Amino acid sequence: MAARKPTEKTLGESLRERGVSRRGFLKFCAATASMMALPPSMAPAIAAALEKAKRPSVIWLSFQECTGCTESLTRSHAPTLEDLILDVISLDYHHTLQAAAGDAAEHAREQAMAANAGEYLVIVDGSIPGPDSNPGFSTVAGHSNYAMLMETVENAAAVIAVGTCATFGGLPAANPNPTGAMSVMDLVKNKPVINVSGCPPIPMVITGVIAHYLTFGRLPELDAYNRPMAFFGQSIHDRCYRRPFYDKGLFAKTFDDEGARLGWCLYELGCKGPTTYNACATMRWNDGTSWPVEAGHPCLGCSEPKFWDAGGFYNAVSVPTSASGMNVLAAGAAGAVVGGAVAALAKKQTKTAVTHRQPVTVEELEAKL
Amino acid sequence: MSGSMEFLLWTKGPMFNIAIAIFAIGLLVRIAEIFMLGRAKNFAEARAGEWGPGLRTMVTRTVADPGTFQRAPFNVVVGWVWHIGFLMALLLFLPHIALIESLTGLSWPALPNPVISLVTSVTLVALIATLVHRMTHPVKKRISTVEDYVVWAVVFAVVLTGWLAYYRLVNPYPLVLGMHILSAEIMLILLPFTKLTHIFTTFIARWYNGAAFGRKGVQS
Amino acid sequence: MSELTLERGLAAFRAEVDGPVAAFFSSCVHCGICAQACPFYLETGDPKYTPILKLEPLRRVWEADFTLWGKIKGLFGLNHKVTDEMLAEWEELLYDSCSMCGRCSMVCPVGNDLALMIRKSREGMVQAGHAPEGLIAASVRAIQTGSPMGLQWKTLAVQINHVQTSSGLEVPVDKEGAEYLVLLSSMEIINFPEYLEAITKIFDHAGVTWTLSTQCFEATNAGIQIGNKDIAAQLVERVVAAAEKLKVPKVISPECGHAFTAIRWEGPNLIGRPYPFKVFHIIEVLDELRAAGRIKTEGMETDRLSMHDPCNLARKSGVIQQQRNLMNLVAENFVELKEHGKFQWCCGAGGGVSSNERAEPLKMAAFKRKKAQIEEVNPERMVTMCATCRTQLEEGLEEFNMEIPVVGLTEMIAEHLVEKN
Repeated sequence: MAARKPTEKTLGESLRERGVSRRGFLKFCAATASMMALPPSMAPAIAAALEKAKRPSVIWLSFQECTGCTESLTRSHAPTLEDLILDVISLDYHHTLQAAAGDAAEHAREQAMAANAGEYLVIVDGSIPGPDSNPGFSTVAGHSNYAMLMETVENAAAVIAVGTCATFGGLPAANPNPTGAMSVMDLVKNKPVINVSGCPPIPMVITGVIAHYLTFGRLPELDAYNRPMAFFGQSIHDRCYRRPFYDKGLFAKTFDDEGARLGWCLYELGCKGPTTYNACATMRWNDGTSWPVEAGHPCLGCSEPKFWDAGGFYNAVSVPTSASGMNVLAAGAAGAVVGGAVAALAKKQTKTAVTHRQPVTVEELEAKL
Repeated sequence: MSGSMEFLLWTKGPMFNIAIAIFAIGLLVRIAEIFMLGRAKNFAEARAGEWGPGLRTMVTRTVADPGTFQRAPFNVVVGWVWHIGFLMALLLFLPHIALIESLTGLSWPALPNPVISLVTSVTLVALIATLVHRMTHPVKKRISTVEDYVVWAVVFAVVLTGWLAYYRLVNPYPLVLGMHILSAEIMLILLPFTKLTHIFTTFIARWYNGAAFGRKGVQS
Repeated sequence: MSELTLERGLAAFRAEVDGPVAAFFSSCVHCGICAQACPFYLETGDPKYTPILKLEPLRRVWEADFTLWGKIKGLFGLNHKVTDEMLAEWEELLYDSCSMCGRCSMVCPVGNDLALMIRKSREGMVQAGHAPEGLIAASVRAIQTGSPMGLQWKTLAVQINHVQTSSGLEVPVDKEGAEYLVLLSSMEIINFPEYLEAITKIFDHAGVTWTLSTQCFEATNAGIQIGNKDIAAQLVERVVAAAEKLKVPKVISPECGHAFTAIRWEGPNLIGRPYPFKVFHIIEVLDELRAAGRIKTEGMETDRLSMHDPCNLARKSGVIQQQRNLMNLVAENFVELKEHGKFQWCCGAGGGVSSNERAEPLKMAAFKRKKAQIEEVNPERMVTMCATCRTQLEEGLEEFNMEIPVVGLTEMIAEHLVEKN
């Protein structure tokens, strides 16, 4: 796709041109309402708002990433309306999806920024080597990631960080973080930043956030990590279909035991569901087919900060991250040494105390009478 | 960046190591102090051995004699309820067992979570009762020190945050789980330096008591 | 001349801290259960008499000088110091309001032997010059005259003559090689002379060889009550010397509680060596004779009798079944007090309280616990086997206008001996 100005057509006109029925459109609006935890009665209002919405210009920046986020998004072709929503925005720059290359591609970005100053959305996937890092760690067209991000967000309306690398640093920022990778919200302080975390995020969540922005013209309600409450307001654990087994104390102990076959809770196998906020349990993946826990694997907690450094994937939530019997043994050994020294001192003191004790004589007692 | 998850990971990581180290060093120092002081040789002819009666007293002191029970039923019953509740929640709740297993390799079956949550609720009520008793009973009021109230607060905080975390009554969950772990770590750190040491030294004390009475022919 | 000072007191406290003390103070959770075992607290309702509170001076010394934490606190000046004023205040708590009955040691949930620590604390109190006058006077008299009441052999000699005349039996004195050396307590000689006659009869009946010693007849130990090892050791040495001189294999402690614990359990440790003889309480000896069939009795007491276990004998020395065997020999209507044996209640006079005149009101207050126990079973007479307990029971029952005579068990056995032809 070539660089283009945002169309003057509204979203509704555009959809009709593409042969989307009124019925199909309303269905999408109803799905969006439910995704955003709005009552179904809001669907007509959403439809009305979207009908009139202008297609915004979107610049998609990819930094230290694996393209998994984009892969996730492109595989969300059912319902097909999700594809449409990409068409109803004006995606003016995206490494993987755009046809243009080289100078032409960069030119498209600059043009979009100039033409829609103050109105365009920036979507970022991947983490960014921070301002103090070697700028050569990751570059696009000769620009360091950091320089490109700061230049692009300068006149943006808002920034959406997609994927855990962009929201929390993700894998590149995991210990020992060789590139000094940082998240978008670490670097962008003067623009609204919406975080859509996950490795990768659920495609419907990406589209839902954009839909919300178009519908209401403002950012959705966010949690402490700037994540939309509509999708990140509840933990995996709270919505997990295996939760009754947790409550009953029925746990799979290994991946192939009776409990695993009966679909019992995966807490002991390291499920991070209790501490993870995401919509997997309700929206599921691959057109609502399944999700990791349903496939028999514990939640890795991929939508949370530091998920690579939060202890083993297969350790229960309650297990300390650096736990080992060795630590306890080491502390115990130190205690034995210190204890021995202190005790030896005490022993010496007792001996002194006993020898310092002076016998009492009758004369001394008589003196008290 | 410091959010609830970072707080949780701090309590599960560096803070846990600090707490375990202080706990282990402090406790071993305390126990070494006791054993190195030792006892003077006893020249009086014994009626019986020390080990049998000592070991028996280690167990039997757990239950009050009937007279004491009649004179201080509230003290005895409430003390029992919260100690048992605390131990059940500590040792029979699956996440705790997973933690112990990760450190020691030992594990045992857990009780169903609703049972633990009920026990924890009862423990909270009993703990409040002990506080009221401490503040109102003339003897306890007279002998209580600042330490008694600090230790109460820490123990109560551990149980309360655990209860809040179980019912997920604080959002975000990592915050309340972190608070629970942190209060447990504070308890571990204070343990060797406060009356909490009794968790370990009471068995030494009971043995000494049982041994001293036992060699004189009385099962204490 | 050297004198007793706070510094010496603190040094003495320090010398008393050992493993058990450290374990006990480490374990106390301030639950207050010990108060429920203390007649002085229960009958006055004053929380300052809570046993663990009485130990605060020793606890402070332990914390400051024997714990890492205490030393750290000391660096910042956060330790509570033991002062002369504090010890003056604690004198009442450690002496007047504690009979060292050891009941608190039996009920403490964490297993603290509080009575042991009271005994240890008194070592510090004596050295700091904070022991009660009555006990100091008794100690001085015991060392200087051989008896805490200043009683001399010539008084006992008169008693011996009486016994010999009325019983027609010889009271052996200074008989080398006898099986038993019999010790007496001054209180017995003065208040209960019938004891001497009773054992004279019983031993004659059972064919036991025994002797008194002109060198040492006193079994009681004021040094134990005031809490000073030096005085106590001197008094024990006198007994040991007399026994060694007469070459007896066995020594009998009389119907006195603290005398028995003093010579049986503390004595060898006070002098730092085991005895060349064995020590028995008279009740132990009588029960052995009974078991061996050497005591033949006739007739039974028919009135309702109950029995008071002296703390030092029962709880603190394990003599519990013996007195019951002897009671059953001569009493057909014997009823136990509800809490008895190792869980009996103190009469209130032990641990030097009875030698400490100013403690009289507290002593009587503590007796109310015993009184309530007695009222519960309503006996016609009380039996006991300790002169101090017996005196306290008699005085106390009289104070409350209860007409219940108190008798010594040994006398009662003597009264039922089968007459020889």
